[in-house]
Amino acid sequence: MISSGFTLTVIAAGSFLPRHQAMPAYVILIYLTAAMLFALSLKWLSSPKTARWGVLAGEIGMAAAIIATLFLPEVRHYDWIFIAFAVAIAVAVPMARLIPMTAVPQQIALFHAFGALAAALVGTAEYYAHRSSMGTSTLIAIGFETLLGYLTFTGSLVAAGKLQEILPTQPMNYPFQNVASISILVASVIAGALVVVIPGNPIIFPIFIALCLLFGVMLILPIGGGDMPTVIALLNSYAGLSASAMGFVLNNKLLIIGGALEGSSGFILSMIMCKAMNRSFINVLFGQVQANKAAKSDDIYGGNIKSVNAEEVAAILDGARRVAIVPGYGLAVAQAQHAAGQLYELLESRSVDVQFGIHPVAGRMPGHMNVLLAEADIPYDHLLEMDRINPEFENIDVVIVNGANDVVNPDARDNPNSPIAGMPILNVDRAGTVIVIKRSLSPGFAGIPNPLFAAKNCLMYFADGKKAMLDIIAELEKL
Amino acid sequence: MNSSLESNLFVFALAAFLGYEVVRRVSPQLHTPLMSLTNAISAISVVGAIVVTGAGHNTTMVVVLGTIAVTASMINVVGGFLMTDRMLKMFKKRKSQ
Repeated sequence: MISSGFTLTVIAAGSFLPRHQAMPAYVILIYLTAAMLFALSLKWLSSPKTARWGVLAGEIGMAAAIIATLFLPEVRHYDWIFIAFAVAIAVAVPMARLIPMTAVPQQIALFHAFGALAAALVGTAEYYAHRSSMGTSTLIAIGFETLLGYLTFTGSLVAAGKLQEILPTQPMNYPFQNVASISILVASVIAGALVVVIPGNPIIFPIFIALCLLFGVMLILPIGGGDMPTVIALLNSYAGLSASAMGFVLNNKLLIIGGALEGSSGFILSMIMCKAMNRSFINVLFGQVQANKAAKSDDIYGGNIKSVNAEEVAAILDGARRVAIVPGYGLAVAQAQHAAGQLYELLESRSVDVQFGIHPVAGRMPGHMNVLLAEADIPYDHLLEMDRINPEFENIDVVIVNGANDVVNPDARDNPNSPIAGMPILNVDRAGTVIVIKRSLSPGFAGIPNPLFAAKNCLMYFADGKKAMLDIIAELEKL
Repeated sequence: MNSSLESNLFVFALAAFLGYEVVRRVSPQLHTPLMSLTNAISAISVVGAIVVTGAGHNTTMVVVLGTIAVTASMINVVGGFLMTDRMLKMFKKRKSQ
């Protein structure tokens, strides 16, 4: 135990030392190895065959970097660090092991919130500990770190709340909402600039933090459930960028690399999601839902809807040789992935060739539908992405659409005046017979009628997504 | 511009480019595990949180903020890797018949 007088002397002397001591060479080497393992980790994720090696590489790099950091000479107190480790393991292990696969999107949103909170708090701690000795570039980096950290923290919490349906999933619009959000963003940027210009001022930093927290809420609150895949990808990118900015503050290149990898990954994913909905970032973040100007549904559906029941669907499937199942957001909501898996097994056992056609925005986050179907034991080589299954539809006898609507709307392809014109779709209408499982003729997120439902080769099976699948299985087993 | 900022910007730009090139090749089937894995990797910020928390207990506030930061990012590390592996374990090829 060091006497308190001595401790005070050390602290006083510490404030005249350089803020960060030079790292020992072995730590630099371990950090470099960790950075390469992280890059390798993402490379191995390119295919399901090697993906688990990728996780292992990431884990080894992470463990090595954490252990090396604990041995840094500037790390002198371990009590709180180990308490934090123990709490984190006690929280994270049950969380990661028990969460149902349908809840993965909100879980990942929560992880984004934790990561961003860590970056924001470290930025805040660094600011209060060293602001008098910081250069302008470090203060600017702290500004980015805390802005992105705090806004991603509250934004991700709101996103998780919407995905868990604690908060309303409908878009929440109010008058002048864009004006209000943008004013808050401008105010936070001005506060951030003041933090850099007058770092000694004690009042500006808390105001800056409050504005960033508020902006995160206001940015995500108005966005509806259908745009969640884009929003999660965007928050993924922000979480990475805030970690990267932390690397600039602490002059730690491993943090810069780790954050930049997530930053660009989230950016690519949100671009893919935007493209899959034929919308721009700006439109997702600030676009309001337009009033329905499309054709009246009666004009399209009137007298052309053919309804079937489970028995008839089973009879149609009995004569089919190639079947495709197109799952949508509704299947994830109805938790019908295991029923879809059973139908797959049954059809395969009757020597029917079954494939799944998966639109990029089918689930609640990028790639979510693939995870759900993999959970239902469907082999991944039968899960086809849009570009791979689209040329196949002409040779497919029966397509079962379950819980999807806008992503199979032929108007997006054929009608240049449609509100969703140009959105890439699954060309299910080109298959022999299309069976659409849906509760009613109600429109999807785009709020427009779907001419597919009135097409000659389309049959509607009005039922709950999960019950319908189970009933079809029961009827098929009788044949 | 000081030299550490300069080299940090180079590292950032190259890492972002590397991330773009590597992630572009990831199969769309694995986009959810990808997001959870990159998030676990970016939780390397735990390293920075450890340094801030462990480097001389400057003030109580720094220790409190640092400890919360270590906890939050460590949840991200442990949970992120475990959940990614749990998802990837489910991706199987067709059973040999």
